[in-house]
Amino acid sequence: MRSTYLLYRLIYMVLVLLGVSLLIFFLARVMPGDPARLALGPEATQEQVASLRHKLGLDRPLYTQYYVFLRGLFKGELGMSLITKRDVFKDLIQRLPATLELVMTAMLIAIIGGIPLGVLSALNKDRTIDQISRVFAFAGVSFPRFWIGIMFQIAFAYILGLLPITGRISGDPPTRITGLYLLDSLIARDFPAFVDSFKHLLLPSLTLSLSPLAQITRITRANMIEQLRKDYSIVMRTIGMPEVVNIYKYMLKNAFTSTLTVIGLLTGWMIGNAFVIEQVFSWPGMARYGVNSVLRNDFNAVVGVTLVIAVGYVVINLIVDLLYGYLDPRIRLKR
Amino acid sequence: MEQVLRRKQKGNLARAFYRFKKNPLSLVGLSIILVMILIAILAPFIAPYPGDSAGAVHFKQMFQPPSWKHPFGTDEVGRDVLSRVIFGSRISLMLGIVVLFVAVGVGIPLGLFAGYLGGKVESVIMRITDIFLAIPPLVLALAVTAVLERNLYNSMFAIAFTWWPWYTRLAYGEALSKKEEDFVEVSESLGASRTYIMFREILPNMTSSLLVKITLDMGYAILVGAALGFLGLGAQPPTPEWGTLVSLGRIHLPKMWWLSTFAGLAIFITVLGFNLLGDGLRDFFDVEVE
Amino acid sequence: MTVLSIANLKIHFDTIDGTAKVLDDVCLSVNEAEVVGLVGETGCGKSVTAKTILGSLPMPPGKVLDGKILFFGDDLLKLDKHDRHRVMSEKMSYIPQDPMASLNPVFTVGEQMGDLIRWQGRRRVGPLEFLGLRRGRHNAVAKAVKLLDRVEIPAPKEIVRRYPIELSGGMRQRVLIAMALIGRPSLLIADEPTTALDVTIQKGVLTLIEEKVEEEELSVLYITHNLGVARRLCNRVYVMYGGAIAETAKTKDLLKDPIHPYTCGLISSIPKLTGDEFKGIDGRIPDYIDPPTGCRFHPRCPQLMPICGQEKPELIEVKDDHLVACHLFSRGGGR
Repeated sequence: MRSTYLLYRLIYMVLVLLGVSLLIFFLARVMPGDPARLALGPEATQEQVASLRHKLGLDRPLYTQYYVFLRGLFKGELGMSLITKRDVFKDLIQRLPATLELVMTAMLIAIIGGIPLGVLSALNKDRTIDQISRVFAFAGVSFPRFWIGIMFQIAFAYILGLLPITGRISGDPPTRITGLYLLDSLIARDFPAFVDSFKHLLLPSLTLSLSPLAQITRITRANMIEQLRKDYSIVMRTIGMPEVVNIYKYMLKNAFTSTLTVIGLLTGWMIGNAFVIEQVFSWPGMARYGVNSVLRNDFNAVVGVTLVIAVGYVVINLIVDLLYGYLDPRIRLKR
Repeated sequence: MEQVLRRKQKGNLARAFYRFKKNPLSLVGLSIILVMILIAILAPFIAPYPGDSAGAVHFKQMFQPPSWKHPFGTDEVGRDVLSRVIFGSRISLMLGIVVLFVAVGVGIPLGLFAGYLGGKVESVIMRITDIFLAIPPLVLALAVTAVLERNLYNSMFAIAFTWWPWYTRLAYGEALSKKEEDFVEVSESLGASRTYIMFREILPNMTSSLLVKITLDMGYAILVGAALGFLGLGAQPPTPEWGTLVSLGRIHLPKMWWLSTFAGLAIFITVLGFNLLGDGLRDFFDVEVE
Repeated sequence: MTVLSIANLKIHFDTIDGTAKVLDDVCLSVNEAEVVGLVGETGCGKSVTAKTILGSLPMPPGKVLDGKILFFGDDLLKLDKHDRHRVMSEKMSYIPQDPMASLNPVFTVGEQMGDLIRWQGRRRVGPLEFLGLRRGRHNAVAKAVKLLDRVEIPAPKEIVRRYPIELSGGMRQRVLIAMALIGRPSLLIADEPTTALDVTIQKGVLTLIEEKVEEEELSVLYITHNLGVARRLCNRVYVMYGGAIAETAKTKDLLKDPIHPYTCGLISSIPKLTGDEFKGIDGRIPDYIDPPTGCRFHPRCPQLMPICGQEKPELIEVKDDHLVACHLFSRGGGR
């Protein structure tokens, strides 16, 4: 029974992605400006522009272009970037790990900070620690990310001089295995590189984690408060279950299943919103690449980046859904 | 007996206010919003140098740090930052209102149709909604602004374009659950038209959660608008949109810190106000668990 | 020997509409190996009484104004949180009303019972134990299986691996009974355990309770609104109205010879199959925020006297082991 559900979800996922690709593809093609001319510059002659257009297949009807695009997709090609002159796919492979490292670290901070804070607030409802965490949670979601990033830069980099301002690493990057600098430097036992990457990673991931942290705190708090009121929690306590176990095992598991959906949504959100952070901190990630492509009408790149982000989003949702089923037997048994 | 009933009736509105008051933060939020709205409306009257909001240049006074004459300092062409930030409030608030107006105006009816009418209408609308929801809002807004000319109005359109699916989903869920309820069946049997049922029966039940969501979304829409401005995709200089101001000031960090700081602070406080108010409204309507 | 003795318990509860004076001088006692019924309509305060004994009444809105709850000599109200938890876990237990809501849905029956078996009454649980890395877990589950067997659950080895949602209402109630019996308690507080079950299932559960009471020599405080159940299970019955005890006697005596007008009304409210005309009791339950003066039943009493609205009647022994709180029998009133 579970495998049919999985199959169903996968098919659905593919269909949605197809729809997304269609949407983005046409959106990109509708962009004003002649990509060929933009690529070659104003001095190029009409013939040169025309020949590039032909080479890029821009003179063929839209549906043919889409078909070519899909075919290329299966071969792992996303078309050529007009800026880097390489296949977008290769560009993305190079830059994706940077964004992933940023997002994963930020999510880690958000979860490790958010869940305990949420539990603590729930247990101390309306007391000082709860009020403080509430204010903090509100602030966290209200900060404009780009601005707080800049503020952090001013405080930690300029004034205190503790951390670097921008970039991913100052020295040489570690030998590339996964593309995640922290991991790679550990594997290669390149400790200076590890420390260096870590220092560079700190501010941007912190900035990215603020809003999710605040949200996770609030939702964990809300869920735990609900759990504390549930009959089974009270019954457990009454018949003698130690409170520590009652809270951190029984109630937490119930609360967590709901928090999980939010975590999934937030991860997807982070992937999509990392580019403001990447911009502020000059982080060489995929998101920044995507923004540049949009600004410079590099349509293949735009399509590629959006597609990758959409895939990430959808895959994460799927994982969250499956995890949900794993954690909560009521859902699992209904499927 | 009479007494008991009367006391219970004092109940609902008083209870709502009691809950709202219990949370002083929501009052703070309300005040912030009201102040911001006032500032926006009275901008030309309260800004010390109203001309600076657009194209005036005073090169002699450029890059002055905050002082009594210029509480927020002056920018790279000598304009008073305080005045520019004040005028920026008009832009952001207007953006929020327009975006929400469009998103709600398009999204809610779509969701109601999908949920109540079901069948093919439902499938088509909800599939489209799912596809839009699969793309993170900022990304889609980005893509749309890239297609269009870069200005404030297009950025508003772009954001609204990405915002409506959330309201569709909200209305859809509500319509689905209320569809089976008794009061709907009664109306149906009385011969009420489907539009009537959707808009006069189902929709009013959503008002409280809708109001809460709209308030919170105002804040987030302003945030997205500012982010687009920061990236250069929204209002173009010399329009003093807050995000644009932050981005312009960034090049001059850290020495001329006042250029970016105050505009960003304004965004923060405004969004905070909407969040606090929205949360307070949630308590007021007793919509969800605390 | 008296297991439980409640004297002059007065409880107030703060609400938005005012302070509800929910319990007004409640007195009752339970002896060894005795099944005592606490009978009354919904809203008479029986659940509040139970919750106060168990310590699960939330004490910020709730306040104890007066009274003692002596459990094997210790006043539960005066013990600190930890002592109370220990005392109660060792000797008192509880069967809740709603089997649907009383079991944690995301853990198996075996896990919940196993944890209780291992850790009941303890304050602290070591981290390794918590993570289930010590060997005790296996034994605990085996014990759980034995317990389930003793509450006559079929195929206990299977049930132990099931989630609550997979069990029927009657089965869940049996599980709860088994859980209540884990620490070999001396006093069981049963809060209307069969109310949420179908009538056909009720019989089985009641029989089970009867058996266990005999086997384990339990004392039980059985709360119900159903006189029929009380008649079957209880040695003595307390009739409760408006937050106070109206009458108490051995079950036989009470039903044969009810004295308090309310008790008479209750008994005559039970429809008889002979088809005689049946009377209810006029009026509604009192408003606890602004309760009737004197005897709280006086607005509805068919035998109203002037003194009833002025003075509260005391619980007086009128016949052998038969007490009533009614002015018909007090010194100020009639006989």
